Amino acid sequence: MPVPPRSYGENHKMTSDNRPVATALSRRTFLRRMFRRETILGWLFVMPALAMYAVFVLVPAVLSLRYSFFRWNGIGDMRWVGLQNYLTVLEVPDLLGTIFNAFRLVIFFSFIPVSLGLVVASIIHRVATGKFGSISRTVIFLPQVIPLVAAGIIWCWLLALPGLVNQILRSIGLGAYAIAWLGDFDWALPAVGLIGIWVMLGFCCVVLLTAIANVDPSLYESARIDGASWFAEFFNITIPMLRHEIGVLLTVTVIAALAAFDIIYVSTAGGPGNSTSVPGVQIYILAFTEQRIGLASALSVMLMVLVLIVVIPIQRLSREEAS
Amino acid sequence: MNTKKTLWVVVALLIVLAIVGNACSCGAPATTAAPTATQAPATAVATAASPSTEPTQAPEAELPNCGTDPIVMNGYFETGFETITKLTEEFTRQYPNVTWDLKYDQFTNLINETPRLLAGDNPPDLIRLPTFVSFAKQGLLMNLDDYATAFGWNDWPVPLQFARMDADGIRGSGTLYATGLNYQLTGVFYNKELAAQIGMTEPPATLAEFDDLLAKAKDAGLLPIMQWGSAKSGMGLAFPLQQLMADYGPTGPINDWIFQKPGATIDTPSNLLAAQHLERWLQNGYFPPDINAIEYTDAATRFGGGEGVFTFNGDWQNKGYNDAMPGNVGFFVMPPLEAGGQPAAMSGPLTYGVAADAKNADCAAFFFNWIGTNETARQINVDIGGSNPGGPAGLPMPTVPEGSVTQDTLAGGPMVGSNAMDFIANATSSIFAQGWTPELQKMVGGKQDAAGLLKAVQAEYLRELAE
Repeated sequence: MPVPPRSYGENHKMTSDNRPVATALSRRTFLRRMFRRETILGWLFVMPALAMYAVFVLVPAVLSLRYSFFRWNGIGDMRWVGLQNYLTVLEVPDLLGTIFNAFRLVIFFSFIPVSLGLVVASIIHRVATGKFGSISRTVIFLPQVIPLVAAGIIWCWLLALPGLVNQILRSIGLGAYAIAWLGDFDWALPAVGLIGIWVMLGFCCVVLLTAIANVDPSLYESARIDGASWFAEFFNITIPMLRHEIGVLLTVTVIAALAAFDIIYVSTAGGPGNSTSVPGVQIYILAFTEQRIGLASALSVMLMVLVLIVVIPIQRLSREEAS
Repeated sequence: MNTKKTLWVVVALLIVLAIVGNACSCGAPATTAAPTATQAPATAVATAASPSTEPTQAPEAELPNCGTDPIVMNGYFETGFETITKLTEEFTRQYPNVTWDLKYDQFTNLINETPRLLAGDNPPDLIRLPTFVSFAKQGLLMNLDDYATAFGWNDWPVPLQFARMDADGIRGSGTLYATGLNYQLTGVFYNKELAAQIGMTEPPATLAEFDDLLAKAKDAGLLPIMQWGSAKSGMGLAFPLQQLMADYGPTGPINDWIFQKPGATIDTPSNLLAAQHLERWLQNGYFPPDINAIEYTDAATRFGGGEGVFTFNGDWQNKGYNDAMPGNVGFFVMPPLEAGGQPAAMSGPLTYGVAADAKNADCAAFFFNWIGTNETARQINVDIGGSNPGGPAGLPMPTVPEGSVTQDTLAGGPMVGSNAMDFIANATSSIFAQGWTPELQKMVGGKQDAAGLLKAVQAEYLRELAE
């Protein structure tokens, strides 16, 4: 009597003698590889970093997700509220508005610094070589080494009504345009964005300059022999060859924009009238001033999902283009 | 299963466990504090004799004190308030066995950190409490009733109801959870030279007279009122707004709203008149055009530098103004709506509390009592704090230099009398940051009107209370 075929599920492939096909590795091979000396050593090397990552990133992330389903003041009892915190974020205009502000910041923290960085890096690469090039790189990168809180405070002074920016405007006869930039409803967000451009530009520039230096010089030489202008070089060599770096920079700066906190908190604290309030500031206020850990966690989770939604396509696109 | 799939399964399992883990066991791990308040041990002797949950009557023979053994007091104070530091130094001079481990933080950080500090392993013996209701409800603050009875604080002329909360969480009566450093007073400071320029020979007697002076200042090309409004230090227009509220209506309903009495609202007809009055001041250009970007310290510096005829502030700024413009700063309480009316003011002590699990609560209470009763401490309070030192009735008022602004502020206290209010920014822990500040900033920018301001703040208040 023939043995009925054993069922291993619909998708499982079978050999001709009715045995399941081994998946990627047989169990024995898998175990042998698992306990190879190199593998154990590798895990030992990774373990300290992995442990830190788990304790300070993964666990808090999972805990935030958990808190987002509770009403909790951070000290007393927790009460399960399901999706109520998420609904509150969507219902309260001031909370939802912070997400829109964050997207407006992307223009200043990401698009402008990356575009400007490309232009500046390209110019430095073409015209500023030797000592002048090094000095230019250092000057442009300098904002990166200044703590953001200190930078925010200095920019507050510069952008105040009696500050340097308005003094310059007055000295060139444009005193009528002098305003308190960080206190004006229309200009506060662009003014904060300007601080972001100042901080991010150096980072973008240095990354792009390094990448340009790695581009085969013969490409530029041949272009110049063919009489290509700076624009032609820029659009036909520099940008296509730097797609991967541009992708990385867009990812980093978009995350910086959407998760912005320090510059905003120090320069405007979200004002005037919530016009510069971003999720980072609201999360801080909700969690620490209002003691609404659940709602703050819900906004954090939504922010994280939002960052992923924006960043994953950028990553995919830059990888495809680079390949 | 390949590695990627395994990873996804592990992550998914983690998430499901995290969510479901406590979903069923609602009322999950209460980390620290019990929901009931800890009753203050009246004395070291009494503590040993009776469990801390039972109110204890202080024996008359021995009042709570700091003993003679070395004690390190753990204090957490607000940055920029020198008075308390000077008082701790003087206290150590008089009681050398007591030393201090002091930490300071900005006002906003202080609010944010307070619950964690109170619930932590090393809770402060003394902590500055801008608001206390939520902490008291969470059982993080010590009940000071026994200390009040032992030292006789209930008989002091400065009422303690500002720091009392009943079982329903309503302020104004019930258990005492904090006490005050001194009795501060707010009102209108003025630059004497600039005031003379606009013909002000004496403080205005009515709101109309004050309006007239503001118009004259504007016409003279002077800034009528210097005030701050940046979200970083909180909106300073809350000061004139509340003063106007107390002009147009009684102070009782305002205090009821701050104390969270059931049914209380800030959106009343008289408050609407006050908000409209403030709106007119804004439209008339009586405040600096960059008010939304001005921080508290900037406004104080600019007023001290001669910018602005008037500014709304409190007597804690006396020393700063005096140092900047010696002999040139005056003060008056906000004039009433009609001549002969009773002036009103935001007035109250700087609130300090004791953590429920504080190690040296007796010494903290003794220190509070010493501040109000010791001659040197009272002098420090007036010299540096600029405020009425409070304390028992009948004690002589410390000496004040002739012609100083402190003389004016000390004279203003009795004028206000019982018409004192708490600050509308203290109604809930975040009504200032989430309600008054953004809505008043919108009013400055012409994006909010008087009626909308009160409605928006009331909505925020109800939303926070619903939590």
